[in-house]
Amino acid sequence: MTFEWLVALRFLREGRIQTLLILLGVSTGVGVIIFLSALITGLQASLIEKTLGSQAHLVVKPQEEMPRVLHEGRVVGTDPAAIAAGLQPGDDALAVRLEKPAQRLRSINQWPQVIRDIEQTPGVTAVSPLVAGSAFVTRGVAQRAIVLRGVEADRFTRIIDVPARITAGRFGVTGTEAVIGSGLAADIGVRPGDRIRILTADGRNDVFTVAGVFDLQNQGVNDSWVLVSLKSAQNLLDLAGGISAVEARVDRIFEAEAIAQDVARRTGLAADSWMKLNGQLLTGLRSQSSSSTMIQVFVVVAVALGIASVLVVWVVQKNREIGIMRAFGTTRGQVLRIFLLQGLLLGLAGWVVGVGVGTVLSLVFAGLATNPDGSPTFPVNLSSQLFLGTLTMALAVGLLAAAAPARRAAGLDPAEAIHHG
Amino acid sequence: MAEPVVRLEGVTRDYGQDVVTRVLKGVDLGLEPGSFTALVGPSGSGKSTLLNLIGLLDRATSGRVLLDGVDTSGLDDTALTRLRGRLLGFVFQFHHLLPAFTALENVMLPGIARQGRADAALRRQAESMLDRVGLADRLHYRPGQLSGGQQQRVAIARALCQGPRLVLADEPTGNLDTATSDQVFELMRRINREEHTAFLVVTHDLRIASRCDRVVDLVDGRIVGDHAAPGASS
Ligand SMILES: Nc1ncnc2c1ncn2[C@@H]1O[C@H](COP(=O)(O)OP(=O)(O)OP(=O)(O)O)[C@@H](O)[C@H]1O
Ligand SMILES: [Mg+2]
Repeated sequence: MTFEWLVALRFLREGRIQTLLILLGVSTGVGVIIFLSALITGLQASLIEKTLGSQAHLVVKPQEEMPRVLHEGRVVGTDPAAIAAGLQPGDDALAVRLEKPAQRLRSINQWPQVIRDIEQTPGVTAVSPLVAGSAFVTRGVAQRAIVLRGVEADRFTRIIDVPARITAGRFGVTGTEAVIGSGLAADIGVRPGDRIRILTADGRNDVFTVAGVFDLQNQGVNDSWVLVSLKSAQNLLDLAGGISAVEARVDRIFEAEAIAQDVARRTGLAADSWMKLNGQLLTGLRSQSSSSTMIQVFVVVAVALGIASVLVVWVVQKNREIGIMRAFGTTRGQVLRIFLLQGLLLGLAGWVVGVGVGTVLSLVFAGLATNPDGSPTFPVNLSSQLFLGTLTMALAVGLLAAAAPARRAAGLDPAEAIHHG
Repeated sequence: MAEPVVRLEGVTRDYGQDVVTRVLKGVDLGLEPGSFTALVGPSGSGKSTLLNLIGLLDRATSGRVLLDGVDTSGLDDTALTRLRGRLLGFVFQFHHLLPAFTALENVMLPGIARQGRADAALRRQAESMLDRVGLADRLHYRPGQLSGGQQQRVAIARALCQGPRLVLADEPTGNLDTATSDQVFELMRRINREEHTAFLVVTHDLRIASRCDRVVDLVDGRIVGDHAAPGASS
């Protein structure tokens, strides 16, 4: 053991009260940060997981349709639309009135190729074609507006794991089978095995057998989704052979937006990520994270000031001993290192205790309340990243807090320190 | 005559910034290897100040302090510290042991500081040093568990463990009763004779001063007397 280690360790053991006080400060700080971070990242993760439980990471659709020519003619006078289009009076204009067409389901051109293109985009792990549109479901006198979604079972379940969320019956969308949301099922009073009729605005209709009921933990989805085979949806929505969108899953959910842009570039289609479609949620999560960061910064500062003030008093109490050590040949550098080492050791020991406290607190808290399905109401996320992060922080705080007292100790005038303490 | 362990040439020391007080007013002094010198003088005459300058714990305002022939005025703090650790030993009035360490560790600490870490040779050396001061059975006692005289003997062992050329002792017996003072003083004298280590001992005790080889009398920052002690034995 080197001289610095020997003296630092012995001093820490000797200064019981100070050492305990500082350990208390550091471990409280570390504990609070671990608990807070574990809780917030846990909550956020479960919120995102819930959101993505009924949503694809990416949705690829045809571009918005171009405005169509409604009227041809010569620009007269100062037609604002013509000026906006950069035309001068007298120019031959192709369009003087621009109008968006009524929304109509359109198919993606050459969609099998599009699906292959998307599959080859880095980061994409699953791709599924989709035919979706609005329709009505009738049973007896009850009629409800629904979202009709035609899917290929194998591909779709890799995007949204509906089979895992079946609450009654089974998952099946072959032939005239349909799987419907639990809210809708309750609303119109159907159970697996029952028949329902689905009709569209232009009068096409078909009868399906309810194979299963799902609960995707999203009321809007549970109340409106009806899943059928791709072919059935194509028939009902007048989209023979076509699809209205492609859904995809990515490996890193927070890279979804970048991947969406990549997909849009490769396919020339419009690609939206879940991040864009849930902008408000993400903004909320971000501001939650930044307020938690603020709290953590204040905790760190408070802990650092606490350690520093205790160490300053400690150095003053040790003045004479430091003077003696200087007299018998201890260099300034050695004195400096002794006190810096004490700061580091206090940070390390405080971290060890704090990790224990924070972990126990988090796990107890997570166990306090559970959802009906047994999952914790307050999920906590204790990651190794969190432990490493707080270790770095505790060491840095210990070192920084010890810096000023250590410099003071090293700079002491030995003659003064010995004779006047 | 051999090169003195310490030579002071016209050393002055001022204190204060607005009101400057000259505490040492030009001191010339040489200490021979193996000599045993008493530094006496009234309180406030500058004895401790002089000892600090010789001990490289403080710097002279003017004049030169030469240790073993080396002029120390140009050296930086680290060099001074190393020189101090190698050539000098200190014994203070209030023993000044480190309370968190045992007697043995206290004696070893200067060596550990110098070498960076402890080793078996250092430990043997410290044990034999404590044996010589009569504390072989107190190696693992803390300072708090030792009497004043025992603590002062540990301090002497610590001062001597690195084999210094000169030991500076500021009223080493000032805090002890007469019998213990005598023991501690005799211990220093014996080591002085056996090891040929020079001693400079500040004392108010004329009985002790009279048993040194040489008595230097400092009054008001000047050496006013420098003579062989009347009862000097050697
Ligand atoms: N750090 C300092 N700042 C200002 N003045 C000082 C300082 N140290 C010592 N002095 C002054 O220098 C003078 C000599 O002090 P010093 O301690 O050397 O005396 P001394 O001879 O050792 O006295 P004593 O026998 O009482 O120990 C005193 O007047 C003292 O007030
Ligand atoms: Mg004095």
